[in-house]
Amino acid sequence: MSIAPDDRPDPFRERFGRYLADNPMIPLIVFLILLVTGLEVMRPGIVTPFRADRDGLLSMFWIGNLLKFAIPLAMLAACQVLTMLTAGIDLSVGIIATVAAFVCATLSGTLGVAPAVLVALSCGIIIGLVNGFGVGIVRVHPLIMTLGTGLIATGALQVYQRFVINVGTEIPAFLGWLGTGRTAGMPNGLYVFIPFALLVFWIMRFTGFGRLLFAMGSNENAARLSGVRGWQVYLALYALSGFIASMAGLLYLGMIRQPSLSLANPLLLPSVAAAVIGGTSIFGGRGSYAGAIIGALILRVLDTMLTLLQMPEGARTALFGVIILAVTAIYVRITGSR
Amino acid sequence: MSDIPLLDASGVAKNFGAVKALTDAKLTLSKGQVIALMGANGAGKSTFVKILTGALKPTAGRVLIRGQEARVGSPAEAQRSGLVPVYQEPSLIPDLNVADNLTLGNTPVQAFRNWVEELGIESLKLTDMISDLPLATLRILDLARALAAQPDVLLLDEMTAALPTDLVDNVLKTVRKQADAGMGVIYISHRFTEISDLCDNATVLRDGCTVGELPIEPGVEDRAVELMLGAKLALGKRHTGVALRSEGTPQLAARGLASAPKLSDVSFDLFAGEVLGVVALEGQGQDELFDLLAGITPPTGGTLSVDSTVASFNHPSDAIARGITYVPGNRTDALLLQRSVRENIALPFAARVGDWGPLNRSMERDRVNYAIEKLQIDTRAQDEVQRLSGGNQQKVTIARWIAKGVKTLLLFDPTRGIDVRTKRQIYPLVRELAEQGAAVLMYTSELEEIPLACDRCMVIFNGRVVDMIDAKDADEQTLMRAAYGLTEVA
Amino acid sequence: MTQMKKHAWVISLAVLLAVLLALTKIIQPGFGASGIESLARAALPFGFATSGMAVVIIAGGIDLSVASMMAVCAVTTAVLMERIAGVPAVIIVLLAGVAMGAINGLLIVLTKVPDIVVTLAMLFVWEGVALLILSSPGGSTADWLQGTIRGSLIFFWLPKAFLIIAMVLALLWWPLQRTKLGLSIYAIGSDELAAFRSGISIGPTKVAAYAICGLFCAFGGLSLAALTGIGEPVPGPYLMASIAAVVLGGVVLGGGKGGLLGPLLAVFVLRIIRTLLTLMAVDPNVTTIVEGVIMVGVVMLGTALTLKGTRK
Repeated sequence: MSIAPDDRPDPFRERFGRYLADNPMIPLIVFLILLVTGLEVMRPGIVTPFRADRDGLLSMFWIGNLLKFAIPLAMLAACQVLTMLTAGIDLSVGIIATVAAFVCATLSGTLGVAPAVLVALSCGIIIGLVNGFGVGIVRVHPLIMTLGTGLIATGALQVYQRFVINVGTEIPAFLGWLGTGRTAGMPNGLYVFIPFALLVFWIMRFTGFGRLLFAMGSNENAARLSGVRGWQVYLALYALSGFIASMAGLLYLGMIRQPSLSLANPLLLPSVAAAVIGGTSIFGGRGSYAGAIIGALILRVLDTMLTLLQMPEGARTALFGVIILAVTAIYVRITGSR
Repeated sequence: MSDIPLLDASGVAKNFGAVKALTDAKLTLSKGQVIALMGANGAGKSTFVKILTGALKPTAGRVLIRGQEARVGSPAEAQRSGLVPVYQEPSLIPDLNVADNLTLGNTPVQAFRNWVEELGIESLKLTDMISDLPLATLRILDLARALAAQPDVLLLDEMTAALPTDLVDNVLKTVRKQADAGMGVIYISHRFTEISDLCDNATVLRDGCTVGELPIEPGVEDRAVELMLGAKLALGKRHTGVALRSEGTPQLAARGLASAPKLSDVSFDLFAGEVLGVVALEGQGQDELFDLLAGITPPTGGTLSVDSTVASFNHPSDAIARGITYVPGNRTDALLLQRSVRENIALPFAARVGDWGPLNRSMERDRVNYAIEKLQIDTRAQDEVQRLSGGNQQKVTIARWIAKGVKTLLLFDPTRGIDVRTKRQIYPLVRELAEQGAAVLMYTSELEEIPLACDRCMVIFNGRVVDMIDAKDADEQTLMRAAYGLTEVA
Repeated sequence: MTQMKKHAWVISLAVLLAVLLALTKIIQPGFGASGIESLARAALPFGFATSGMAVVIIAGGIDLSVASMMAVCAVTTAVLMERIAGVPAVIIVLLAGVAMGAINGLLIVLTKVPDIVVTLAMLFVWEGVALLILSSPGGSTADWLQGTIRGSLIFFWLPKAFLIIAMVLALLWWPLQRTKLGLSIYAIGSDELAAFRSGISIGPTKVAAYAICGLFCAFGGLSLAALTGIGEPVPGPYLMASIAAVVLGGVVLGGGKGGLLGPLLAVFVLRIIRTLLTLMAVDPNVTTIVEGVIMVGVVMLGTALTLKGTRK
């Protein structure tokens, strides 16, 4: 045997990786700015109207639009960030949001707005509890469990739809106002989203529950040795995720103003992508909601660019997949961790 | 006999990051020689074996097989160069049958069958499923497979650990015969009787370094034990042994605790204010004992009482609720490596549902800082634990329970792989905890710690308590002999 | 003794299948050869998806992109058959399947990213590729291809579709099981460390397993195209269905155990249940729920059993 040196990442890459891991926001914001600049170059005036001989330094319209569509995505991304912290994932958020929206729309007329909203939110919590049960107690892998409950929920929604086919749908005025109105130039949804985001930050950083999410994803065995009963955490976590998803669905309903059986499904894969881009590790123990929000913005800008480039839907879908894979692979490479 | 040794390893070193597992290991094996590789827990034996068999690349040093420096990067390559190991764990695929395993390993079937017979296993069918066969049979199959590959060097790692006496005899006879025919053998075992029977020489490792090469002759045990322990380092003041508090109700009482298959029957009392040491060789049941006490696995027999009430644990949180806290031997089991020191230490504070709400940051900060100070952890609370040195990481695992409060503390090998300076800080801390009223059960593979930290010491061999020694009688020689089951007539 | 246990699972599945068939006949006396034939035809894509998934799970991994790979192969078939002759088209599609599977496997081995994450990402990539090949359902498949799976052969009641998948499995998988590669696939799923120590190259074996899965998905895509006559770029519900059938078929999610016959029988069992529900005039959407519940239940059961096994 010859003297072979150990396989270690060279020191510079190690330090750079550590720096990136500690401050994921910086490269993200830089990337976002680059993208926005690119967008502006592609369609001068879209971001900075003065370049197209219009008024304004920065287009409030464009910003407002960007935020408006990014908000439901960012809310679903919260579900992914929270579940990914525990090395899990929630692939049922798309259908939960759709269910909540549909149920609310069909019940508002008969039950009144408030009860309808409550029923919609409860649906999300119940589905979430089923997920939590499967993941926490039966120990099914979260990806498979949430995929399964998503399927069941899809079927249930179709059945429900047959029952209420004669009932008219009514979008509660409040939701419509939230979804499409503007106040002070910003979409109204933003004023709901900001407290929501702050709440998610608070849960993650300032509560015992948040600590446990990080702990479970970092080393579930260590958490167990410290007295943590995992099933309790999973139950609460997925119920919370379901709740957030149903809220996102209601907001999205207000924006689109048309309940459909696949309303929020297109938001599912971007929600995963936003979380991953934002620096949340799919392997658990590390995550940032602020990063996921930036990730959602990045995806919206990318989407606009791709549309402008007239990229076919297939290319967009494939690109999403490539992004998720590339980011995860680079992360594994640089930080040397899994 | 040829002059070129079959195996010549020299200057072998291996670093895992900052940890130096091996510094200067060497071993020379000639044709027809059987060498015992010995060393205490943590001396670097398994790392050395992994390097010899190609599972790990050394940081420095040379291994020559038959005088050739061969590039060995995998077990397959090592085998091609003539060195065939039989590992501690069975290397057969559980879900396949014997024939399929032979196909996968390119083992000649007839030669294999001959060896199996010679080693004493009759009625083996090639269609038998590996997962159906008893452990002893699997070990023999591993050996037969290795022999059928006609190795120049055979490496046996704890070959006889799970074997009944008759199979042990067969193994020793067969190996001796092969050695007489020219095969070289490296034999790793804790059993002195076998080593005396089989081996010609012994190479002793200590702290990653080869410290002696002895011929096997009568009285070699004591020499070997001496070499394995090394010169006594001045590790601090010897604990003068406070009067034993063996009156009153024990804080922890174990009667006939068992956890099949390794732990058969352990009984002891642990009193508040004392440090009870546990000494044992690898795999004598101590891991199972601590898992039992910590609530990780349920016992298969026996009872445990805490403060005179019988306790039954389904989950570590049950044990923690009864005041039993556990610092595991493997740091990575207990640490959230990506998280900060503060989060690691404060982990138990958030464990119960009632604590899921807003963090009491000031209380947490006080307790965390208290623990950091007490253990003199050399870092700031916000650093990532994975960047800390091994010693500091270990301190963090202990700090967790200092911060929470200690009633009964289980420590499993708390100073393994730790630098000397840190060790000196841990021993007095353990004493201090006891003086403050805690009951401490401490398993250690570093025998010199026992008199420094413990009041009494329990020796476990083969899943049973074989000796209970007072600290003042617990010198390393006595302990080592007891640990090897050598407590028969002196 | 475990040989008996192994076969016992498959045998009970076969018995269950027979019972369900009998039940169907009772409920619907008119259910005969043509019923069985259309059942087999509809089950064909599911059968191939399940076979591919089974191979990968036996190897200790998982492939979430099976439905997308099938979609790619289906649209490729439809597009190619419009322009070139049948047999070369089939061969190209099969090669495409192998290539896709091999790419999945290579990415898993080279990036060291867990298989679930890689195949989740590739699920989207292949879906995108399918859309790029054919942005909406279209193209056309050769009549002879459609004819291959239609109708019955030999016996009055033995559907061609069933024969096809039986033949593919018999020719591809059965001989492979006994070779070193087949054994290696079982080995790395059973105990990767022991496999490494036995001299098996883990990386290439994994890639091979995923490539075989891709090949089965290619067959699945071909059968889809044959079934519908056109190519549809949107992936069907084959992912969850195949996982459930694999688990129901006696293949342990942890790997190393099981074969391909059990999952195939399980596919038919699940399809018959659907047929039964339809015959009992249950709302088809409720059928989806029942199926979904069965699937989740099966996976939960399978996981619980795996855990019990490892805890011993």
